[in-house]
Amino acid sequence: MRKQFVSTLIDIANHDERVVLLTADLGFMVLEPFAERHADRFFNVGVAEANMMSLAAGMAHEGMIPFCYSIATFASMRGYEQFRNGAVLHQLPVRIVGIGGGFAYGTAGPTHHALEDIALMRVQPGVAIVAPADDGQVDRALRDHYARPVPMYLRLAKETASHPELDGRFRWGRLEVIGDGDIAIVAIGSMTGVALEVRRQLQAEGIQTAVAVAASIAPAPADDLVALLSSKSACITIEDHRPVGGLGSLVAETIADHGMGVRLVRCGVTDPTGETTGSEEFLRRRNGLDVAGLMAAVRQIGLVPA
Amino acid sequence: MAGSETARALSSVRVRRLIVEQSKRAHVGHIGSALSIADILVALFSGTVDPEVDVFILSKGHAALAQYCVLTELGLMSHETLDTYCGDDSQLGVHPDHTLPGITFSTGSLGHGPSLGAGVALAKRIVGNPGRVFVLMSDAELNEGSVWEAVMFAGHHKLDNLTVILDNNGQQALAPTVDVIDLSGVDRLVQTLGWESRRVDGHDVDELTTALEVNTPGKPLFVIADTLAGKGVSFMERQVKWHYLPVDDAQFEQAMGEIG
Repeated sequence: MRKQFVSTLIDIANHDERVVLLTADLGFMVLEPFAERHADRFFNVGVAEANMMSLAAGMAHEGMIPFCYSIATFASMRGYEQFRNGAVLHQLPVRIVGIGGGFAYGTAGPTHHALEDIALMRVQPGVAIVAPADDGQVDRALRDHYARPVPMYLRLAKETASHPELDGRFRWGRLEVIGDGDIAIVAIGSMTGVALEVRRQLQAEGIQTAVAVAASIAPAPADDLVALLSSKSACITIEDHRPVGGLGSLVAETIADHGMGVRLVRCGVTDPTGETTGSEEFLRRRNGLDVAGLMAAVRQIGLVPA
Repeated sequence: MAGSETARALSSVRVRRLIVEQSKRAHVGHIGSALSIADILVALFSGTVDPEVDVFILSKGHAALAQYCVLTELGLMSHETLDTYCGDDSQLGVHPDHTLPGITFSTGSLGHGPSLGAGVALAKRIVGNPGRVFVLMSDAELNEGSVWEAVMFAGHHKLDNLTVILDNNGQQALAPTVDVIDLSGVDRLVQTLGWESRRVDGHDVDELTTALEVNTPGKPLFVIADTLAGKGVSFMERQVKWHYLPVDDAQFEQAMGEIG
């Protein structure tokens, strides 16, 4: 997904001289093509994320569109106040590109697990949050929205992904819904694969579900959520993020704000701090964020046979 | 110089009087910090800063009152607006707001200005935009790590369109700076990191103006302006408590009398 990001950004930068890429010394074997193609608009600012955020605000003030690249934890937190008082307060088109949302940097350990980045960005007014499900969405979201006059947080997975069901669709402030049924599974971009596999397995049992991909977290797809949930008995959210402040919270707030009675189950990262580490696959499994875990959560609701 | 007429118009005495008047009226502190930079602002806005192409950033946002008073003296802010300082529903808080004419960036959290300034300077160079970037910061801000991230970056990238002015008044919120983090050798630090530096009397407008004209290709400029917090009011000078205190009636009369 990060390679798709770079590939699309090079193409955009070919046509738009305002685009500039900053990195806080990360992106080995990823950013080189941009650095080669647009050497005059590529800056490794050093391991200095706070400076990167304010630099970007200053550059955006002069009319540029800066992309600030780092691992999602550092990108979202190390320069958070600089982002708040810079790009957010002045509503400048700074883009934070956080690589490896969730457990993507599994064995790197907890300092590298981005489990609260969405929560942090959601509380900042006017910040767009885009968490694509696959390379096609990365490409579509960037091409259609890179120049929007608002700050943006882009949460990307490390590895490439493709979900043919989405066919590269991405719409600002909207859900992409696949299928229909009495139960809705709402997945953040990176958990889409798990949700679609659960949908396939339930379908094999003759049970229909709707999978809604929330790649546009902010602006929130509130209207689409209300439309989706108004006809459902239950909703399950799944995110590689803490259950507070992220997708589960967004759906809970939407249900509450609209006085809806739909049953909600939120699946997220519940590990306490100090837990052992491991691969992304292992850490997802331990938190019930794999196919078996999501299937168990669906069955617990009691609407489908256990 | 284009600003020579303005230079006669802009007076440190009138700016200081406005600072003390507004501070008294609003019953708000930070007088010492505002008085400290009055002459620096007069030097900057008497022709050094070209408002058409240059960008000024007050990194020590807590001294915004001094900037409001300069904007008022320049006719860019009305006295009616200035009189809303720290009132309800006013745009004029203790710290500056970018929605005001003449203010580019909202500041107030220390240590952001040098990075913002470096970003503007870098973008100007990439895009080919003319103009210089001036950042006025406090010596206490040197405690912030982000300042050094910016200093390293600007030195490495040879941002010679960037000037930082250090209001070196030797005081921070709780104590003299030398007792908190001694950075009296800041000249050598910035020089090592690729900057040109000058040390001047921060209350001598001519000396400041000359230093601000220094242009060394390939090097950003760091002007250390030695100042006195509370300059112009004897009982406030070098007194840490005047970072926060407002003035009472008797203090107000004495302060205005001394400023002249």
